[in-house]
Amino acid sequence: MAESASPADAGLNALMTRLRSGAPGGSPGLLALLVVLVAGFSVSIPGFASGATLQSFMLQLPLLGLLSLAMVVPLITGGLNLAIIATTNQCAMLMVFVMRTLLTPEAGNATLLGVILLALLAGLLLCVAIGLVTGALIAYTGVHPILVTLGTKSLIDGISIYLTRGQAQSGIPDIFARAGTALVLGIPVSFLVLAGAAYLLGLVLRKTPFGISCAMIGSNIEATRFSAIDTRRVLVGVYTLSSVMCFVAALVSLALFNSASADYGQSYLLVTILAAVLGGVDPFGGFGKVSGLMIALAILQVISSGFNQLGLSPYLTAAIWGLVLIAVMAVQTIRPYLSFGRRR
Amino acid sequence: MRNGSLARLQRRPEAWLLAVIIVAGALLSAAAPGFLTLANLVDLLETYSVQSIMAMGLFVVLVSGGIDISFAATASVAQYVAVILATQAGMPGIVAIGAGLLIGIVLGCLNAALIHFVRITSIIATIAMMSVTFSLLMYFSGGRSLYNLPDWWTDRIVFWQTENADGDLTRITLPIVMMFAAALLTWLFMTRTKIGRQLYAMGGNPEAARRVGVNIGLLHFVAYGFLGFMAAVGGLLQAHRVGESVPNAMYNTELSVLSAAVLGGASLTGGIGTVPGVLLGIVLLAMLQNGLNLLGVSSYFFQIVIGLTILISTSITVMSARQRRRHRNPSQPPGSADTSREASKTPLAPRQETARG
Repeated sequence: MAESASPADAGLNALMTRLRSGAPGGSPGLLALLVVLVAGFSVSIPGFASGATLQSFMLQLPLLGLLSLAMVVPLITGGLNLAIIATTNQCAMLMVFVMRTLLTPEAGNATLLGVILLALLAGLLLCVAIGLVTGALIAYTGVHPILVTLGTKSLIDGISIYLTRGQAQSGIPDIFARAGTALVLGIPVSFLVLAGAAYLLGLVLRKTPFGISCAMIGSNIEATRFSAIDTRRVLVGVYTLSSVMCFVAALVSLALFNSASADYGQSYLLVTILAAVLGGVDPFGGFGKVSGLMIALAILQVISSGFNQLGLSPYLTAAIWGLVLIAVMAVQTIRPYLSFGRRR
Repeated sequence: MRNGSLARLQRRPEAWLLAVIIVAGALLSAAAPGFLTLANLVDLLETYSVQSIMAMGLFVVLVSGGIDISFAATASVAQYVAVILATQAGMPGIVAIGAGLLIGIVLGCLNAALIHFVRITSIIATIAMMSVTFSLLMYFSGGRSLYNLPDWWTDRIVFWQTENADGDLTRITLPIVMMFAAALLTWLFMTRTKIGRQLYAMGGNPEAARRVGVNIGLLHFVAYGFLGFMAAVGGLLQAHRVGESVPNAMYNTELSVLSAAVLGGASLTGGIGTVPGVLLGIVLLAMLQNGLNLLGVSSYFFQIVIGLTILISTSITVMSARQRRRHRNPSQPPGSADTSREASKTPLAPRQETARG
């Protein structure tokens, strides 16, 4: 927002125009909501606008953020991936398993590095495999994505629970926990991971043929097929990309919890859908931007932090999240009628 | 393709399901001697009665082309409020039960209002509503369970009982009777009434249904209100079965009920499905769980079986349907549950008003 040294009002006007048209995600309303929320909480809660709040904000956002990114890709194509939490947890467990079985206490640094890389590779391969299978099922059988991913969720969770007997898996090298909470220029590494992933995903969705195909499929899959795009291959890619995002989420969750379990983050599943829709992703597919999603996540997290500092129950926060979503959707529905009047 | 009743039967997912159930039942009764006994089967029925009642309601919404994720939360709220009225306000039974059912219907109609008037997709609207209602329930109840239910609520109501040679009692109790009553009611409603047939029409093609004069708005309220009612019945029965009210007891049952309905051939794109099919879907899941238990298979294994069952059965159903009919669109569009409901897909353009009056 570097305005050059022009007369103040001209600068303001330019700024306003830019805000109106080019707000990130094209959602000035959401940005305004975010600003109002931050301002409101800062006024009403002493100490809300502080570095500590920002720190906790940046520590809490990444996991939900990455899971939402995993949800957004299928949503843009008009699908849904209900298996993201299951995939993330299973991937985290596999990585824990690899590290626990291969690491001895007296292992040197070289071994440590090698084993960690091996674990990451194993986790990534697992996620790619899950994504490929899910995508292939959706693309080649024509079964509704909700059903396929409901099945894969049940299957993946079942395998995780069967193999671990429902126990949390711990015992990873503490370099993970340290890396998760380390600060780079005062910003937690996990937040940087989220920012990087969001930026890359945004680029992929906006600038690559694959991303454009995704939006086209979401708008009209038949038309896309007739424009010589292999929709099946794109769909396989969509669910693979979604699963790879789960791999990144698994890394963050390992750093956050220092262990892995089949029931971490299960309550996030529906929240990710809410966040995406709140961020302007059209649930029918075809429309949606990563930047809008990020603003929506920030709104949800600000509400959560503010309520937390006010000493209100987290249940109330979840209720407010739902109400905010309904309100935003209602405004989106009513807005055209407010500005143009009834059109025949 | 032979044209006969047998060929017609082969095209029904229910027929496949019945075949699978018979085969699985035969295998299980051969492997586990306790499986095919009256006591075990009645026990199974009772265990799955609440889920079946909810599945009946969900089936109506699925047929209408929508989807609802919030019914388990609705059931919990209805149950908890009714229990509070009965225990702490000392209301007579009829008032408490009536209030519970009313809450179910009202929450269902709220969903319908969001979907029809505010134009939110059904899956999003109901997820949001679930978040709101369940969180508020947990907030106001503080997560505390209620144990002191009145006797009229928790006393077993037995319609018929028999005793076998070993002195084991087998009882047909209220939940089982309610389950069959709910199934019969739903079946009559969907196949023998005008509104029921209109719901099928709306699920099959909402725009066509609207143009032949079906009142889409009313149907939304009927479908979601009916599900809310069934959810409340399920919630009240759940308290009757277990003798207590735990606010989050039914949380997370949404997806298993949805799986059962879908296994039974109710399509997520609307317009397809039958009550016997949904019941068979529940029977299959119940049988698998119970049979695996009797065989001594770890209960952790059960979820794997459910997942595989969903994947295999839905794939077979859709693929056989596709081979059968050369559709204009060979693959079902992987859109959200009710893509065709919205007249316009651009979020910023004013959506066309549905014709009213």
